[in-house]
Amino acid sequence: MNIFTVILMIFVAAVFSQNFILVKFLGICPFLGVSKKTGNALSMGVAVTLVMILATLVTYPLYTYVMVPLEIEYLEIIFFIFIIAALVQILEKVIEKLSPALYKTMGIYLPLITTNCAILGVAELVLTPDLAAIVGTAGAEVGMNLGFALLYALFAGIGFTVAMVLMGGVREKVDTLPIAKCMKGFPITMIIACFMAMAFYVFTLIVI
Amino acid sequence: MNKYAKISLDGLIFNNPTFKLVLGTCATLSMSTAALNSFGMGLSVTVVLLLSNVIISLLRKVIPNTVRIPAFIVVIATMVTILRMVLEKYIPSLYDSMGVFLPLIVVNCIILGRAEAFASKHPVLDSAIDGVATGLGFTCAITIIGIIREFLGSGSFFGIKVMDFKMSFFTNSAGAFFVYGICIALFVLIIDQVEKSRRAKKARLLRVPVVEQMSEDKEA
Repeated sequence: MNIFTVILMIFVAAVFSQNFILVKFLGICPFLGVSKKTGNALSMGVAVTLVMILATLVTYPLYTYVMVPLEIEYLEIIFFIFIIAALVQILEKVIEKLSPALYKTMGIYLPLITTNCAILGVAELVLTPDLAAIVGTAGAEVGMNLGFALLYALFAGIGFTVAMVLMGGVREKVDTLPIAKCMKGFPITMIIACFMAMAFYVFTLIVI
Repeated sequence: MNKYAKISLDGLIFNNPTFKLVLGTCATLSMSTAALNSFGMGLSVTVVLLLSNVIISLLRKVIPNTVRIPAFIVVIATMVTILRMVLEKYIPSLYDSMGVFLPLIVVNCIILGRAEAFASKHPVLDSAIDGVATGLGFTCAITIIGIIREFLGSGSFFGIKVMDFKMSFFTNSAGAFFVYGICIALFVLIIDQVEKSRRAKKARLLRVPVVEQMSEDKEA
């Protein structure tokens, strides 16, 4: 298969048809918790994307070139979560030193990212040997490699950010409306997410 | 009220992790397409929660405060690894249906939340009861959502065909958000009513100038 077709396939799948939040249900906690304002949602999305790429950059080679030859695959959960926690800590310190202004806007979200299922989800999903399995399009088998894994992480992060920002925009308007007391907060957010998921369902009909 | 009864009731109903605290949503939304899957997921989380709560409670005096979160995560990850091996060997059907969400139990906020908020501050027995109660609260909630979605989505109940209709909306991702949202709203409505009637009862009791009743009320 042509390399550009593969990249396009990953893009469409990770951002739209297999959107991490609205279709795969990964990273719902920040989606509900940090999406009150568009600005916050965008910062969170960027932070998550950054950690996703870094985590995949470390975990994928570690799994393929160290853990599989040594036959210690069963330790993957412990290794991965530890790497993600360490990366988040390092990133926090680096951003604090390099750009205090950025740290102020993004800093509070970084500790939350450790327990974001989207990060560990990407690290686990890219371990599949066949790319078509995670991209969700039945077709020719495409071998997985580090480049595709990183692209998948990048586009998954972008898909996450898109959903977060859209939700932030809707919630800014909805929070000022008169809503029944029992529907305030999480329930109405879920209903909005339901409509967004319906809209994203259309993208699953795309065939490349 | 008995201390242990209070812990159990809190975990099961008043601080229900799914409907009240809205934690562990990823697992709830993704695994509730069928009642049996959601029940399996609930029990898996309960087992991990019980074990991690007990171990963290035993270690709470040993773990230094500054590195407690990484320490908790390592304990939880170890428990999940063991659970994964057991499920792969003995219940392969559940192992397959859980897919990527089995390793993701590690980052289920309920487990880390209970470790941080409860197990790291309380003795072993309390923590064990809290773990089981919270886990069962989660299991009940996710199974209710699973039953609703399975019945409306494919007309069956725990895999047994009951009626011949199908609304694939409810087995899709949009239906998951919809059912979960409505369930939270109903839960909030019911709990509000219960609290209101309880407060009214309390106020009525306080107005009666009998010393015995007042002391009873204070205990409650």
